[in-house]
Order: sequence, then structure tokens, then C-alpha cells
Amino acid sequence: MSDKKHGGRFVRKVAEKVRRPGSDAPDDDLWESVQLARHAERPYTLDYINRMCSEFEEMHGDRLYGDDAALVAGFGRFHDRPVAFIGQQKGRDTNERTYRNFGMAGPEGYRKAMRVMEIANRLGIPVVTLIDTPGAFPGASAEERGQGGAISRSIQMMWRLDVPTIAVVIGEGSSGGALGLGVADRVLMLENSTYSVISPEGASAILWRDASKARLAAQAFKPTAANCYRWGVVDVVVPEPEGGAHTDHEQSAEILDQYLYRALTDLDAIPSADRRRARRERFRKLGPLRDPESGMGMATGRETPPPG
Amino acid sequence: MSRVGRNIHVSVDRLRQLAHRDARPRKIKADAGTCPKCDSHYSADEMSRNLRVCPACGHHFAVTARERLEQLGEPGGYVELWPELRAADPLQFTDLKPYAERIADAEKSTGMGEAIVCAELEVRHVPAVAAIMDFSFMGGSMGAVVGEKFARACDHAAQKGLPLIVLSSSGGARMQEGTLALMQMAKTVIALDALAEARVPVVVVLAHPTTGGVWASFASLGDVTYAEPGALIAFSGPRVIEETTREVLPSDFGRAERQLANGQVDAVVDRRELAQRIGRILHILSRPDVDPTAGTAPAGLQWAQGGAQKVKSMMDRIRPGSTDGEDAG
Ligand SMILES: [Zn+2]
Repeated sequence: MSDKKHGGRFVRKVAEKVRRPGSDAPDDDLWESVQLARHAERPYTLDYINRMCSEFEEMHGDRLYGDDAALVAGFGRFHDRPVAFIGQQKGRDTNERTYRNFGMAGPEGYRKAMRVMEIANRLGIPVVTLIDTPGAFPGASAEERGQGGAISRSIQMMWRLDVPTIAVVIGEGSSGGALGLGVADRVLMLENSTYSVISPEGASAILWRDASKARLAAQAFKPTAANCYRWGVVDVVVPEPEGGAHTDHEQSAEILDQYLYRALTDLDAIPSADRRRARRERFRKLGPLRDPESGMGMATGRETPPPG
Repeated sequence: MSRVGRNIHVSVDRLRQLAHRDARPRKIKADAGTCPKCDSHYSADEMSRNLRVCPACGHHFAVTARERLEQLGEPGGYVELWPELRAADPLQFTDLKPYAERIADAEKSTGMGEAIVCAELEVRHVPAVAAIMDFSFMGGSMGAVVGEKFARACDHAAQKGLPLIVLSSSGGARMQEGTLALMQMAKTVIALDALAEARVPVVVVLAHPTTGGVWASFASLGDVTYAEPGALIAFSGPRVIEETTREVLPSDFGRAERQLANGQVDAVVDRRELAQRIGRILHILSRPDVDPTAGTAPAGLQWAQGGAQKVKSMMDRIRPGSTDGEDAG
């Protein structure tokens, strides 16, 4: 497909959003973004994979306990090369939602992801993750089989990979369950997706002690793509078709395809050791704090618009 | 002495405490606290001497980070690292109260700058770097300062070739710092690999509670993992699970003893034996000068050299059968 087909217009639109003064989008925009990120018709992980790959072979099972349908992983042909794709999968109707456990993966999901990452690393195949989850599954069985350790080891494995890695927040990226697939050389985020420490509903119940304050929580967290870009949490904001990704799955996948292809090509040119060093630095510098000893705040983030 | 025969991990200090306790008449003072589990009364002084464990029923009370350092190391024998770092407020966050105000209040009430204290110390004569969390500072939550101090502790330990002791007590990521708090999970996990490269071990002690993003990052990546009795160890807390899945959880859900049965920790260790157990495992893991995997000894890796001899003589003394001579030690 043509690399320039959707170029300028979308990039300009996103750049304008990011350039808006202050980090506060109007409250209505913010809540709209939260709603769009979880829109029932929004393209999910397999919707993207099936459109971007000429062929895709899904892998099943963690070889330890079971197979987790909330997280899909496998190998596909992307622009005539092999790429490992891993991502949480949501369901569209009631049956499928239950089958996919609302995109909330358990330890088996993260261990399947690690199994596929290990194969990819050994065979020299880049890894692309697609993040779309309200969080990792909160269940007694998941805890008994080591939910915490599965997520921490998935984070650790993503950091240790020698191959190029790209993470894309395609919808809802909430909590450690999202970050378990989020440690990569490049982190992309779709224009109307969210990336947050907790879902607005979860924060509402805990911080406001009132389940109905989700909107207030979303406004406090400001978890939009534009803000995540400003904070340095994501490197590239990927535009969506006018009205949101749910309006046109084909076009959404085409745009993501272009951005992924460009990021992969960039990463191909960097030696593995340099990539890993930069990956480490990228996460190490995240998190502003005050250091009175040095007489200055340790700021992170950036002011410039995203690279077009 | 029958207690000693059952457990070779009983330390000299523990024996002294047992002797001490039995000799003391039970007194109720004006500053007495009450054990929530068995209703026994103790003076503040007694509690501190017994490492904040109920002498009657073994209930483990919360301990501040600085008191932990006193318990683990020699009295007053630690050097605190980077105490000056303070939280920023990147989101200008307000829930029921502004975040800036919460931070100021926490500083005032705890006398600490943040929810983690890092220090260089000796545990039973073995030099180490410690990263100790404190639940009393905003629920021990992990924001940018906790992440940064933890990462610096990893770098510092790796550079000096010292083992890292982590003591976790945290409700998880600090929500008031939003997405950037989430990123501290990645930062801390990545930082731990400095120790892997330096080939020095990481001992994690899970204290009550260790949950959320802290359990799902560095706290679940120890080479050796101990848990204190009764500590809640979980990614999702019982309330969240019951509300989401409508499961009815057993009363010991996620508790240390159950997590031992689940295969999530190596041992449940009574606080009164903790320092001795840490010193012991670090002694066991300390290598001679030659690194068998590299053929030569990389510089700075003989981390237990200074204390090894002292530890060995201590180990000799507390072996079963030789415990009768304990009082002389
Ligand atoms: Zn008691």
C-alpha cells in the first residue's frame, strides 16, 4: 500500500491537538475520548492483525496450564516479513465478550505472550504488541497461579528482547495488565485511545469512594494520547479516521499499518545493543520529581508536536 | 529449648528475646497498645523490643522503614541514600484532597520524604543495599520518587557488587501520579537487571500488604522471596475481586501462608528471625573469589568477603546441638 495515502491530513490534525495550550483538553473532549477508546464497534486486536497481515497463524497455550482467550499471540506476514503480534482481545457480542473475558488476561495469557516473545527473539523476528484492556483479570484463580509474577516477568522479557519491539495502545490501556505488553522500543498510541494507571471506574471507587465519579476521575487522570505524548509515555500518536476508529475499520488498519511499517524500518537500522540501551533510558527517565540537592526538578516529557 | 531443636533458624537475638519475655511480669502502662488479634496489652517499649510482633500470639504489626533498618542492620549502623528526593505533582491532581496536600501531610505525619527508604547497611555482618517501603506514607504507593530511588538502589548495589534487600509494603502504583506512576513498574523491573549483570542476588521480603503494581513489578522478581506471616500478597485485592467476579473468597485469600502453598514465595519468615534468615541466605550465596561461570573474578563481586568469616562463626554457633552455649555468644 502507498505510504503517503493518508499522510498529511491526519498528522496535521493530531499535531494540532497536541499543540493545544496547556495539557487540558476541554472536559467534554476528554470524556468523549474515554468513551471512544471503549466504543463497542472499535476495531480490536484481531481486526487489525487480520487486515495488516497477509497471513497470520495464531498460537495457543502457555505450555504450563492453559490457553487464555483474552490474549492472542501469533506470527504473521507483515510487508513480506515475519512479525510476532501479541495483544489483548475483546469480544463484540455477549458470548464473545464472555469467551474473551472482556480482554482481561490471566497469568496464562501473559505466559503465552512470553512464550511467543521468546520464539520471536530466538528467530530474530520483531515483536508488535496491541494493548486493549481494562486491566489484568482480578480473580482468585489468577492470583493463585501468579498474576503478579506473570505480569512482572512479561515486562522483564519485553525489556530483555534483542529484536525490535513496538507497542501500540489501540483502545483502553489500563493498569499493570496493559503495561505487561507495553515495554518496547517505540510506543504508539491511537488518537482516541487511553493509557492510564487504572480505569476511571476503578479510580472513582477507590479515590472518591463513589462508583459514580468515573467522569471526574478521567478528568483528573487526563489519560489521552495527546497527554501521554507530552509526558513522554508514548512516542507517536497514530491518527484515526474522522469520527473515530469505529467508523472505518479498513482505514484504521491502513493507517496503523503505515505507522508500524515506518517504525519497524526505523528500528531495523539501529544495532540491537543500541536499541536496548535506548529502551532502558526511555523508561528510566519517565517520572518527574523534585531533587532539592541539585536545586532543580527532574522534568520529563516534551513540548514539541509529534513527528509527522 | 525444645523450640530451638525444631528450628535451626532461631537467632541469638531471638533466644535473648524469649528469655527476656519469660522473665518479665506482664504490665499495663499508660502508653500500652492492644493486639487486635489476641487483646494482649503491651507498652510501646515492649513492642519495639519485640520488633512489633505480639509476644503472645505472634501477630505482626506494621513497622516504619527506619525502624526496619534498625531491626535488620546493626543499631544506628546504616547510611541512608538519596533522602532528599521529593514527589512532584505532574497532573496537579485532586481527588477528595489535592495531591500536594496529601504529600505535605504524609511528610509531616511520618517524618519521611517518601514511601521508600534506601540505605547501605550490614545484615548480620554481610554488607548490602536495602530498599525498604513504608506503608504509613500514602499506603506505600509507588510514584516517580519510589521508582527512581529503587532504580538508583539497584545501580548502586550493582556498582558496589553488593546484594540488594527489598522490603515491600505497598498498595501499588500511586494513582495521583497517573500514567507516569504506571511507568515506574517498567522502570523498576528494568533496573533490577543491573544486579543480574553484576551477578549479585536480590532478596525480597513481602510485608503486609504487597499488592497491585508493586507485586506485579519488582516485588515478584526476587531471587529469594520471603513473606512475613499473615501478609496480604496479591495483584488484585480481595474487595476488587469480590466486586468484579462475585466470588466469595476464603478468609486467608492471598495471605503469605496460602501464597507459600500456591508456590509464590520461598518461605514465610517470622520477623524476629528475618535478619538472621537474610544474613544466612546471603552467606550461602556468597561466592569465593573465582567466578566459575566467567573463569575469572570480575572486580567488585566479592560482596560478602568482609562479613563472611563473621557469619560463618555465627552459623557454627547456632547449629542444632550447639545452641546451649548461646548465652555466651
Ligand atoms: Zn496478640
